[in-house]
Order: sequence, then structure tokens, then C-alpha cells
Amino acid sequence: MKFAARIIALVTLLTLLTACAPTSNGSTEPPASTYIQNKGSDTIVNLALAWAEAYQSVLPEVRISVTGGGSGTGLTALLSGTVDIANASRKIKDEEIEAAQANGIEPVEHVIARDAIAVIVNPENPIDQLSLEDIARIYRGEVSNWSELGGEDRPIVKLSRETNSGTHVYFLEEVVRLGDPENTEIFSADTLLLPSSEGIISEVADNPNAIGYDGLGYVTAEVKMLAVTASPDQPYVLPSVETVNNGQYPISRDLYMYTRADAPQTVLDYLAWIVSPEAQKIVTRLGFVPILVKTAGK
Amino acid sequence: MEMVKGERWITWIIRISGYSSILFVSLILIFLAREGLPALGKVPLGDLFGTRWYPIESYFGIWPLIYGSVLVTVGALLIGIPFGIGTAVYLSELAPAWIKNILKPVIEILAGLPSVVLGFLGIQLVAPSFREFLNLPTGLTAFTGAVLLGFIAIPTIVSISEDALNTVPAMYRQGAMALGANHWQTIWGVTVPAARSGLLTAVMLGVGRAIGETMAVMMVTGNAPVLPSSWNALFLPARTMTATIASEMGEVATGSDHYHVLFFIGIVLFLISLAVNLTASSLALRSKKRAERLLS
Repeated sequence: MKFAARIIALVTLLTLLTACAPTSNGSTEPPASTYIQNKGSDTIVNLALAWAEAYQSVLPEVRISVTGGGSGTGLTALLSGTVDIANASRKIKDEEIEAAQANGIEPVEHVIARDAIAVIVNPENPIDQLSLEDIARIYRGEVSNWSELGGEDRPIVKLSRETNSGTHVYFLEEVVRLGDPENTEIFSADTLLLPSSEGIISEVADNPNAIGYDGLGYVTAEVKMLAVTASPDQPYVLPSVETVNNGQYPISRDLYMYTRADAPQTVLDYLAWIVSPEAQKIVTRLGFVPILVKTAGK
Repeated sequence: MEMVKGERWITWIIRISGYSSILFVSLILIFLAREGLPALGKVPLGDLFGTRWYPIESYFGIWPLIYGSVLVTVGALLIGIPFGIGTAVYLSELAPAWIKNILKPVIEILAGLPSVVLGFLGIQLVAPSFREFLNLPTGLTAFTGAVLLGFIAIPTIVSISEDALNTVPAMYRQGAMALGANHWQTIWGVTVPAARSGLLTAVMLGVGRAIGETMAVMMVTGNAPVLPSSWNALFLPARTMTATIASEMGEVATGSDHYHVLFFIGIVLFLISLAVNLTASSLALRSKKRAERLLS
């Protein structure tokens, strides 16, 4: 896989070199009007790629290169001026803003989609709602039978995505550790780590003992979503496009793209297209939650 | 003159292709060592052979993974060896020609099934039925993986065992029969022992097929890196070394501790299959010597 990546990198490099050769007249900057560099969060990388691909049919003359590496990597590249758009699954930090300003760059934030995690169980499971605290106790291995949570006398089988998935890390931070950065709890060792979203859905759909989580967009009708609350004295909320957009559903976050304030018009056009209903359809297809544009009139 | 020149070329080509396999193995070995051995310097040995695998928080204990691979492989052999050798004996010693003509192509088809297809069947059919019939918390267990791997290893074991049994001279069987042994006694007492080194090779290749298999295992074993706490561990989820490498290598940052540890797991896998092969060849050698002694 690494080898293939290297070959691709090499071929790209060679292509770029040959492409540059006839026009190289001292200036190394690519023509800013038609070339957009997009880098950052691995959570967003597939979405950004899908957008870049779809944008080819909207404006074929604009070339967009998308790479991952993590939110921090993307923001660092933005504030050192090497990319046009940084993808981030978290807000920019104050020190990153300061570093950007020191370089004469004013970062601008754009919410481009939302990410919500639905907690799912088998439809036969009588449990309909859980608090974040209960879900955390299940995944840390402190609760091992559904009867302890008011359900049937069945063992709890915990399902999770693999550790390389952005969803896994987000669930770890926001649910298993309840959003506390000091907390170092991790998933219990007997948590099943499944390689795909489909694997989780199919096991939960089949197994009445199972509990799983997945991006809201991946959830199908074969499984039951749980209503979740951050604390038991607040109402339990089922995840939906509405509850995620109005901030009621607790396991959700905004996904961002950051640009510089003096970004070229091409970049601004691209971002304007991204929040259009057409581009937001791709958001749903990839398991994220589209942002509701107020002018859409529902 | 032309012919001789041509032959020399061909000899060279054949010689190079022979040597190239040695070259490739040593290149792989060098690469594995270069990428894997730094793990020993970066992660303390106590952590590396710890009991918890959770790489994104720097828990690099590889024991649960070694255990998972061994458990699934041994389980697969317990299923694959009796079925595989049994089928081979039936095919070579007992089956009428028309059954043989049906069975052999069917087994070859089984050998050609991509493991991802078997894994899909496993996840959709085998795992749910095991959960119901054996009353398990989940069907995604080491046992499910072992059954699938057994199926993957059987065609290899059958075809090599059958060849081994076919090379046993007819004289042996006739001799046994002449001494009054019945069909079963001939098979058990003469044919199978005479083909022993071939059967052993078959089993070892089956082990190799099983321990290196990734896709099917990753889909059905649940991939939970647990250490066994009791004998029913076979019926609980497990995580194998190959599944770990396959699912984590794609996302890992090149040069990170995690990256080096994944290559270190590769070294461990390499050493295990080397040990299996060495044992196999020494056993095969020993039995051959004994046979030569007997014949001389």
C-alpha cells in the first residue's frame, strides 16, 4: 500500500515536473486562479475528495488537490501559507490564530457539514434511551449486562469502528471520556473493532446483545437509534438532521474549512458551492449531516 | 552454433529466476528488519510484550495479537487436518472413479474462492447461526474465524495429501493385503505412514495458508485484542496479527512508533512461519531417513 502510494507520488511528481517545464520562468507559484490546495482532517478527507470530484463537472478549469494528515496538519499548512483551504474537525486554537496573524494571515472559519454519531441497538432491545454516562460505562467495560440498565438479562456486546477511524477517536473523546481532556480511560479490551460501518450495522441488526455507534448518515432502518442525553435531568434526544443542526443532540460536532481572509475568488466560489444544496447531498451520502441553509425554506 | 547460444541464454534466464527468489526473500527480510527493529528501541520491551493493544494511546502490547493468531490457526488446523486428510484418503484410496471426477473439480473450485467471499458468507450466515446454536453473546469469534480458515486450508491440504498418497507404490498396498490386512488396516497401517512426509508438507502448507490469511479473519473474528482468561476463549472474539497489520497500516504515519511496531509484528509473523517451515522440513527429513534405513 505504501509502495503504491510512493509510485503514485512519484508519477504525480513527474507529471508536475513535465507540466511545469515549458512555462517555468522563475516564478514557482501555480496560477492561483485555477489551482486550489486543500489539506487537513482525515475525518473530512473523503468528503473533500467527493466535493473536489463533483466540482470538476461544475467548473472543469479549477483543479483541487485534496490531502489528509489531520486537522492540525491542515491548519499549520494554512497559517504558513502553503494551502488555500484547511479542513478541520475542530475549531482553530487561539495559538494557531496568533501564529497565522504573525504570518500576516487572517483565518476565516466556514462550517461545511456536521458530524453526528448515532448509538444503535437491535430493534428487539427494549432500551430506547441512555445517558452519555451510561454509554461510557458500557464501553469502558463497567457494565456488562443489559439488565443493569433496565433491559433484558443479556450480555452486552460492544461494537466499535477500528482505531484508525475518525469516528472512533471522536467517540473516545466525547463519549468514553465524556469530553474531559484529562480523562485517560480507553475502550474496554473486549470491544469488537469492526473494519467497516456496514459490519457494525449488520451485526447490530442481527444480534440482540449488541450496541454500536456509527455516523448518522450510515444508519439504516434495520437497527434502532437510541435517544441520548448529556445529563439525565435533560430531555433525551434522538439524532436527526434537525436535532443535530439546532444543537440538541449531544454527540455531534461541526466540521470546518478555514481559509485566509484575502482568499482568491475561486476559493470563495468553491466554498459557496460547498454549502449549496447540490453539494450538501454528497454530505448525506458520505454519512455526515448536511448543514441546513436558512434560505432553503423547509 | 545458434542453438548453443540460445540454450545458454535460456540457462541464464532460468538460473536468474531461481536466484531471484533468494534475492526477494532477503530483500523482504532486510526491509522488515529495517522498518521493524527500531520498534525495540522506541517502545520499552515491557510495553511491547504487554497485554493491552490500543495503539492510538501508545499501548503496544502484542501478546493479545500473537495469542489471537495462534488460537485461530490452531482451531483452523483442528478442523482442516481431519477433514483435509480424510478427504484425500477417500479420494485416493476409496472413492469410485465417478465420485472422484465430481469431487476433485469441486475442491478446486473451493480453493479458488476469494477469501473475501468466504468472509462475507461468514459474516452473513456462519456467525449468526453459531451465535444462535451455541448460544454465544456474539457470533464474531475466534471459532468462526477458525472454521472459515479451516475451509480455506482444506483444498490445499487435500490436493497435496492426495498427491502424496498417490505416490505410495502400489506394491506397498498389495504387500499389506497379501499379509491379510483389510482395506482399513492397509490405509491406516501402511499407506498413510508411507506418505507421511507428503502429508506433513500438506499440513504445513495448510498452516501457512491459515496463519497468513487476513481478509476472512478480519471480517469474522470481531478483532477484539483480548488475552484468554478461560478455556472458552475460542468462543470469544480475538484479534489476529494479520488483521491488525491490514487494518492499521493504511492510516499510520510513516516512521511513527505505531508504524515500527506494525512492522515488528510482521517480523514476529515471519519468525513463526519460519519456525513452522523448519520444523516441517526437519520432520520430513527425519522420516525420509527412517524410510531409507528400512529399505536398505
